[in-house]
Amino acid sequence: MNTLIRQMLISATLLGLFAVLGTGMVALTHEATAERIAANNRARLLRSLHLLVTPDMHDNDLINDMITVTDPEWLGTREPVRVWRVRKQGKPVAVIINSVAPDGYNGRIELLVAIRADGTLLGVRVVSHQETPGLGDAIDASKSNWIHEFDNRSLNNPDKKGWKVKRDGGIFDQFTGATISPRAVVKAVYKTLVYFEKHHNELFQRPTRPLEDIQHE
Amino acid sequence: MSNSSYRQIINDGLWHNNPALVQILGLCPLLAVTNTVINALGLGLATTVTLVASNGTVSLIRRWVRPEIRIPVFVLIIASIVTTIELLMNAFFHELYLILGIFIPLIVTNCNIMARAESFASKNPLLPSLTDGLFMGLGFTGVLLVLGALRESLGFGTLLAHADLMFGDLGKTMTVTLWENYRGYLLAVLPPGAFLGLGLIIALKNVIDRRQARKAETLLAPAGETAAA
Repeated sequence: MNTLIRQMLISATLLGLFAVLGTGMVALTHEATAERIAANNRARLLRSLHLLVTPDMHDNDLINDMITVTDPEWLGTREPVRVWRVRKQGKPVAVIINSVAPDGYNGRIELLVAIRADGTLLGVRVVSHQETPGLGDAIDASKSNWIHEFDNRSLNNPDKKGWKVKRDGGIFDQFTGATISPRAVVKAVYKTLVYFEKHHNELFQRPTRPLEDIQHE
Repeated sequence: MSNSSYRQIINDGLWHNNPALVQILGLCPLLAVTNTVINALGLGLATTVTLVASNGTVSLIRRWVRPEIRIPVFVLIIASIVTTIELLMNAFFHELYLILGIFIPLIVTNCNIMARAESFASKNPLLPSLTDGLFMGLGFTGVLLVLGALRESLGFGTLLAHADLMFGDLGKTMTVTLWENYRGYLLAVLPPGAFLGLGLIIALKNVIDRRQARKAETLLAPAGETAAA
């Protein structure tokens, strides 16, 4: 009986020891890499924002001049949506809204929609999606130029009827064999524009949230 | 350990007991990330490093770990190693890390790693265990690469696209475009292409093995050589 208990104790101690060693190794690596990983995330974020806003268009700290807003109806998700403000010499230039097209062919399509202060589109980019390679993925700027159809558009250009893909009577192209992905993006961009029009002043004036909120994904 | 047994270990890892082609282990990442050569290489190398590190550690502690707790201890070791590699990749190969995504943490569940720890490293000294881990990993990486090359060339008409994710600026010159204005072949890019491709590679290996066995039989019939399993 005693030997049994002794063996159990030895086993438990060994198991505990390895747990401590393993956790220690992970903790040390985390400590050593955390700063670099955070810098990578910031750099990647800034790169994707700079696809839409050139560095000479703003002089504010773009990444940190961010607020989050929640509006499931117009921004496509129940989760808080990030909005970056682009300013030059304190004047509002544009906002970049990280809205979502919830009804892609394979789930949600995450967008960056950049809107000038006057309500015209600076541009749109798809940040993440699971659309079919070779068909629906033409919404991605690296696959086709389709996403540039949005450049300089606004709520009045085209009018409400035109904010659809051609098959639905609008002006935006669909792809051969894939209507659902472009339809979802067109709808989401339109809704984001409506949201911007409704909340124009609030979006530029609300104070920023603390830095830790930019840790994402 | 004699030279011939090292040769045996190497031969097993790369060919006769290849984790992907013979043991058919670790299929989930194998099928999921092999749509380009660079993705395949990234996951293959990460798996190889994990295998070497876990085999080495398990071999070092094999005398202390009591049989009844060896499985949880192996799981702890493998999970710690994979998490460490995940953090390092996130820090130093950020873009590649984003592409491989969930498949890096999922290396933990690659049965191949557990299988090598249990069936080889826990019974053998350090050096053979490291060798076994290295060549099992390279055998796995090799299959990933062949499948990746097959799918990328058919699917996108390129080879080594996005090599800069792994090799920095040097990689930008490494991409080979096989066919200009290639329209792409969707089947090769999607999961069925991975299944078909892997099936073809396994079939090819079996054909080569059988041919060699037949040759050996006719040559060495009197010596009583038996065909490899």
